[in-house]
Amino acid sequence: MADRRSIGLAALCLTVLVSCGPSTDALHLGSTTSTYDSGLIDALMPAFTEAYPQYSVKVIAVGSGEALELGRRKDVDVLLVHAPAAELEFMRGGHGLGRRRVMYNDFVIVGPPDDPAGLREVAGVHDALRLIATAEADFLSRGDDSGTHKRESFLWSGAEIVPAGDWYREAGEGMAAALLVADATGAYTLTDRATYHSLRDRLRLIPLSEGDPLLLNVYSVIPVSGARHQKAARDFADWLGSASGRELIAAFGPQDQERPLFRPVTEFDPLIRTIDELEQALSRQPTGQ
Amino acid sequence: MTDIILRSLYVSGSALLVASVVGLPLGTVLALGRFPFRRTAATMVYAGLALPPVVVGLAVYLLLSRSGPLGALELIYSPPAMVLAQALIATPYVAAITMAAVESVGPDVRLQARALGATPLQALLLHLREVRGSLIAALAAGFGAVISEVGAVMMVGGNVLGETRVMTTAIVLETRRGNFGLAIALGGVLLAIAFAVNAVLLALSRQGERRLFPS
Repeated sequence: MADRRSIGLAALCLTVLVSCGPSTDALHLGSTTSTYDSGLIDALMPAFTEAYPQYSVKVIAVGSGEALELGRRKDVDVLLVHAPAAELEFMRGGHGLGRRRVMYNDFVIVGPPDDPAGLREVAGVHDALRLIATAEADFLSRGDDSGTHKRESFLWSGAEIVPAGDWYREAGEGMAAALLVADATGAYTLTDRATYHSLRDRLRLIPLSEGDPLLLNVYSVIPVSGARHQKAARDFADWLGSASGRELIAAFGPQDQERPLFRPVTEFDPLIRTIDELEQALSRQPTGQ
Repeated sequence: MTDIILRSLYVSGSALLVASVVGLPLGTVLALGRFPFRRTAATMVYAGLALPPVVVGLAVYLLLSRSGPLGALELIYSPPAMVLAQALIATPYVAAITMAAVESVGPDVRLQARALGATPLQALLLHLREVRGSLIAALAAGFGAVISEVGAVMMVGGNVLGETRVMTTAIVLETRRGNFGLAIALGGVLLAIAFAVNAVLLALSRQGERRLFPS
């Protein structure tokens, strides 16, 4: 009796297993953790699937480095990432159908409120990093080849510093975890504004260096060449850059902030030249960062 | 929330089912069989206990990736991919504990049964009944290893809302988002489920012993 029941149970499980096969018609979006964890993607998706009811979207939220690799392997159909130099390399390799810059915010250097290295005294981010290195104040790096980590390496080399020593540590973690570690150990760290904002209430860390054009954080959408759902991927990229997509991006997050969490890119954006120059500088990096 | 819990149970339960179908016979054969490289195979099973789930996840990902050898099956980022990864993680647990349990009983049981006219299969089943409690412990260990596992399901499932998000990957996400309260709540549910499942398994094994040795 018990045996028959367990055989029935096993058969049921197998049936569910088989019937629960993959849904092959979903658009796979490889997004960065910052856009997903901040809730932006969740805010955008209902409007997209309303405009294009024929598509459903699966979101895979990983670091930009991993997202681009998923794109190379055609496991995602479209990318929303923030690693300009790596994106341009991705495009040169023929992996993308087109690259459109859709939005930006900025990175900030956050640190303990007593600011032991005196970052508040200087305006530029290179000077800020030099102060940290000179004071040998604790600095926590992501150390995970994410978009944020790539930018951090770019900034150090721009400041002509090779960060090394007891004061420079690598977390090897996502942005939120790195912020929590930096907070607990009283270290400086580089973060995107959206992730910092989402954790702000739990952190003593405050922004201490911000506003330098080198800290601009630009997100691009790239339909992947040779992926399964190229039409859907193109439609998504076009929609994100359209007036309705831009409006939703601008409306996301608390509106009382001095800076919005994400700012849509328009052709007439006063910062577009600054962004171009930044991307050129990023691409010139010998390390490919 | 409920669908995340049910999906966790479904994925890890299915993985345990697959691991039992493979691991119980494998452990038994390795304990009782006499064939070349049996020791090597047994060592490999024990070594499998040390396999980091995230490495299993990476291997399954590369296998099922659209540009991988089994990419045509289109299983990546789906529950069956998660079941496969977790089954690979649970199988060494089930096989290793089964092997140790079966080895712990000498050949006398089977010899006596054969002398009393049992077929080899009947003798084997009698042997297995003898260690029934340990076999259930093997299943409990396998289930515990996968229900709490996060690296592999994150990698091959992608943590897609409504499709491949399970309790552990939801905990990682909510922690990342700063929703510590929700993450802790999910952790509590996970613990409660682990407790309930083990209580049921333990009760089953007690019941099995009572049937064998009625007082």
